[in-house]
Amino acid sequence: MICLGIEGTAEKLGIGIVSDDGEILANVTKHQPLVTGIHPREAAQHHADNMRGVLESALKKAKLDLKDIDLVAFSQGPGLGPCLRVAAVSARTISLINDIPIIGVNHCIGHIEIGLLLTDANDPLTLYVSGGNTQVIAFDSGRYRVFGETLDIAIGNCIDQFARAVGIGSPGGPIVEKLAKNGNYIPLPYVVKGMDLSFSGIYTASVNAAKHHKIEDVCRSLQETAFAMLTEVTERALAHTEKREVMLAGGVAINKRLQKMLSAMAKEHGASFFVPPRDVLSDNGAMIAWVGLLRHKSGERQDIEDTAVKQRFRTDEVDVKWK
Amino acid sequence: MIGKGAEANIYLDGNSVIKKRIKKVYRVKELDESLRRVRTKKEAKLISMARAAGVPTPFITDIDSTKTSLTIDYVNGSQIKKILNAISKDERKKMCREIGRSAGKLHKNHIIHGDLTTSNMILKDDKIYFIDFGLGEINEAIEAKGVDLLVFKKSLRSTHFKYEKECLDAFLEGYSTEHRDCAEILKRLDTIEKRGRYFSER
Repeated sequence: MICLGIEGTAEKLGIGIVSDDGEILANVTKHQPLVTGIHPREAAQHHADNMRGVLESALKKAKLDLKDIDLVAFSQGPGLGPCLRVAAVSARTISLINDIPIIGVNHCIGHIEIGLLLTDANDPLTLYVSGGNTQVIAFDSGRYRVFGETLDIAIGNCIDQFARAVGIGSPGGPIVEKLAKNGNYIPLPYVVKGMDLSFSGIYTASVNAAKHHKIEDVCRSLQETAFAMLTEVTERALAHTEKREVMLAGGVAINKRLQKMLSAMAKEHGASFFVPPRDVLSDNGAMIAWVGLLRHKSGERQDIEDTAVKQRFRTDEVDVKWK
Repeated sequence: MIGKGAEANIYLDGNSVIKKRIKKVYRVKELDESLRRVRTKKEAKLISMARAAGVPTPFITDIDSTKTSLTIDYVNGSQIKKILNAISKDERKKMCREIGRSAGKLHKNHIIHGDLTTSNMILKDDKIYFIDFGLGEINEAIEAKGVDLLVFKKSLRSTHFKYEKECLDAFLEGYSTEHRDCAEILKRLDTIEKRGRYFSER
């Protein structure tokens, strides 16, 4: 069975084609050029304009025709409404034209499951960090439970907004990471509430600090402080859940400093540490296709009527029937 | 060593435990030292204040010169996390009501626990001891109390999901009998939750 997955929760449009034995036949992404932040309507327009092209190049890469596809999956949420709707409409169209089943996928679970497919992790505690998401997640009794999460903005959002506010460019992640290498640490607010955390205070403090300190120093301190917070809540969740594996997933997982911190923490607790390959850390269609297959194979079916998008789709709402 | 928590190693020494906040290699030295010192001092202070407010807590008998290690009376009981799902419905409700009363006593005295989860509560001789005040603070703000309650609510959702509602209802019942003017705090608890990134019914 071959599944085509459409990812469109934010600025990236991704189409992945995956077979039910877990082989990724194609994984093509295209993103809206970011000068400023994401404008939801413009991002949606970008996805609509590029849907055909991305679809064709994914099929070409997989050496398949649209009629070879047996199942179509799409990112049902969480994400930006207009973008989600473009992905959903495209998936419904393919489903109707080809007369094949359609299935909606929780984006966050996509990041975890593709990690499980491509690493040796079996039952990890996952720190999922991206532009729009920050959660500490582990599987227990039929659902992915959320042990910690941001109380306000996501870590990627915090770094990107900071980079734009101080005028060092967009997207901010790689720029801040580079500048941080030559900076010195200055204290910034450290906010951890149990296993939850908050980034709005450190964002404001960093923007203010940039008025009096070298930009390299602020970048280093923002990374060191925010990442220490992330590592600490993951550590707390690890002690709480007593899992033996830690996985780092999502776009911010590309950051080498964060990888190093998480890996050191896991080592101290005798847990194995995993980071999925670079090309599936960012949003992509393969992870959506893969979870679509898992859901379908476990017997789940969805009617077109049930494919409305869910902007605030929670990770712990999904009954995981495939595990 | 009898336990390894997220931030500290726990050693047994006669009838006492030594809780040592150990160095974390993943954080920069300045941040690491400051967090460990500040939290250890805060924990020592808040644990005594909580007891004065009527919440069972272990006695602290010593704090070392580096201010990163505490000697605490050993509470040899059962972690609530480990028993709450396994007991009868009536016992569970009674336990959550009692936890709620203690949380109410803390908040009435402006003590914020900071990590109000069932991992940090121990049952011994019919008393529920609160431990691990390292993330706490003294704060009169409604916001701080609301966040404290949200941390507990979420720990029920992640760890005691089958009984989330009955536990939360009993907890809040206990909380409001002890802390009578808590209407504003409960309202804020809702607001903070809705402010979050993932709230499906907003």
